[in-house]
Amino acid sequence: MVIGLISYAIQMSNGFIVTAIRDQVSWGFYISNFTFLVGVAAAAVLLVLPAYVYHFKPIKEIVFLGEMMAITAICMCILFVTVDLGHPERVWHMLPLFGSPNFPRSMLTWDVLVLNGYLIINATVFFYIMYKLYEGADYNKIMPLVLLSIPWAVSIHTVTAFLYNGLGARPFWNASILAPRFLASAFCSGPALMILVLQIVRKMANVPIDNKAIFKLSELIAYTMALNIFLLFCEVFKEVYSDSIHLYSLKYLYFGLHGHNNLVPWMWTALVFNSVSLFLFLYPKTSKSIKYVNAACVMTFIGVYIEKGFGLIIPGFVPDTLGEIYEYSPSIVEIGVTIGIWATGALIYTMLFKFAYPIYKKGLPNNGERQEG
Amino acid sequence: MPNENENKCADKNLDRRRFLKSAAVGAAGLALSSCSSSSFQAFFQDHFREMDKDELLSTLKRMEEEYSKKYGKKFTVSAEAPIDETLFGYGLDISRCIGCRRCVYACVEENNQSRDPQIHWISVLRFKKGDKWMDLENSTKYYDPEKVPEDGYFYVPIACQQCENPPCTKVCPVQATWKEPDGIVVVDYNWCIGCRYCMAACPYGARHFNLTDPGLPAEEVNPKTHYLGNRPRPRGVVEKCTFCIQRTRKGLYPACSEICPMGARKFGNILDPESEIRYLIDKKRVFRLKEDLNTLPKFYYFI
Ligand code: SF4
Ligand code: SF4
Repeated sequence: MVIGLISYAIQMSNGFIVTAIRDQVSWGFYISNFTFLVGVAAAAVLLVLPAYVYHFKPIKEIVFLGEMMAITAICMCILFVTVDLGHPERVWHMLPLFGSPNFPRSMLTWDVLVLNGYLIINATVFFYIMYKLYEGADYNKIMPLVLLSIPWAVSIHTVTAFLYNGLGARPFWNASILAPRFLASAFCSGPALMILVLQIVRKMANVPIDNKAIFKLSELIAYTMALNIFLLFCEVFKEVYSDSIHLYSLKYLYFGLHGHNNLVPWMWTALVFNSVSLFLFLYPKTSKSIKYVNAACVMTFIGVYIEKGFGLIIPGFVPDTLGEIYEYSPSIVEIGVTIGIWATGALIYTMLFKFAYPIYKKGLPNNGERQEG
Repeated sequence: MPNENENKCADKNLDRRRFLKSAAVGAAGLALSSCSSSSFQAFFQDHFREMDKDELLSTLKRMEEEYSKKYGKKFTVSAEAPIDETLFGYGLDISRCIGCRRCVYACVEENNQSRDPQIHWISVLRFKKGDKWMDLENSTKYYDPEKVPEDGYFYVPIACQQCENPPCTKVCPVQATWKEPDGIVVVDYNWCIGCRYCMAACPYGARHFNLTDPGLPAEEVNPKTHYLGNRPRPRGVVEKCTFCIQRTRKGLYPACSEICPMGARKFGNILDPESEIRYLIDKKRVFRLKEDLNTLPKFYYFI
């Protein structure tokens, strides 16, 4: 966090010149992270789905952990967007009455709206459940809001996809498959992170978490990862077979263009990680072993992080609209700020957990003994 | 500051927005009383299009004083309004362009663009003769010849196309950029939050971000400015070509067309059937860049 603050201070006093962002690539590492985290936030709440819709008990008990993750991820998203602004102190220009929000025309105002709405919904649900647990009362009254959070989760990620999708100037983003691909990859990375966090929580705080919950999640990742890879294939096919000039960005990503190939090793890593993790999730022997599932989760997380971050934002700008290739790689300052925000995220999550844990312990019917699902 | 607040409150036409604003100004005034008053006023100034006459005049005056002090020259910051029945259009004769880039530097001087780091509103792309030139991939804007024109090359200058249907203004989350009635797409540098969404949306690479305080030597500053055009920009905002709004709204030609040694650049009111630009559009083979995107540029290339 200290690194982050120092780096941001450097950026504030010198301007964006200390980042690697230039006219050709006008969004970089911050927006990459933002996009990835919107996916995590959206997926976190999908834990709710099996829990409430199918009354799958092992997950229902730990839904609050998912909600905490959604809250944390959204906070990080907001931080990433803020550090990306040239004039963060002017954000009030986006407020109704005070400023002049370009609503409904700009997708960015929509995004601000749905992200904040999502934050409010999740925070409400979380604190309400905590409050009721504390009182020892039933918290089913909040149900409608919990159910609302499911389509809302889909909407935050769809709107974020539309942010890029709607730009005719950037053929790489201007493909109708973008929103589905966004969702598919989010539903891989979110649960993958969740599985890892669950185990950390289980180890550190002795919260009873059923392995069944973990395997249920990994099953979910297997489906969505398969879908994710399939959608990637569809896109590659369309680009390669039609062989138009729009192929440049894709070529740049996977093979390099005119000798510029910064991203190539990254993209292949992502592809390999995603494929291997899919195999691990599917193959019966490995899919029932926590060790392999964990390895697969780590790979999924990294794979999607690369694909969604660098692999999506940067090639939208390479080659740029006038055909120029500027190879972007984040500067030290950008990396510093990013580390700072991730650290802040970890802090938020820990704080939420510190707050929730005693209440949760107390609220469990048989005082924290593991329950059979 | 408190005085201004009282005046505002006394205003009979006090609407909700104003009320909220004055409340906010008051509250923040207490909190930030250490701020210098001019940056303080700049922080709370309205969107250009929502300023009433008094606010506009005081804002222009504040800026003039600020810039005059900073650059040691007498500055004028005007807010010259669009001329009725006028829609500006630009024409460029590709066969005449020799790639000398005088236009690029005339533009830098006229419009107070940053010298360090360099910002150029005009890019002159160089293509090999015979290359498929609609594919901008084949071009370069970095070339350094002894003499122009070079054998075997041709040149295509590109700046803001002043789209009739501009994607850049559609995406701006705070309406800091918009199309004026005379067709010029402008930015309110004091309203832009620097999100750079417009840069992602512009198909012509016409928008430029001030990565840091513009390097603008005092002796090179052009003190005749327009609020929406060439006044010195703060850092962290986006800027772009405005068809030299400070000149053309006074009936002058843009700096680039005036300097072009080949007369390749034409400018005028496309609504006027007698104008040169209309003659060229009607009589010549014209095309516009990336027509398939439906941005409807008012920048016409002809051969
Ligand atoms: S060329 Fe770009 S900046 Fe100019 S009006 Fe069109 S979209 Fe906007
Ligand atoms: S950078 Fe400024 S002008 Fe461009 S979209 Fe953002 S706020 Fe609007």
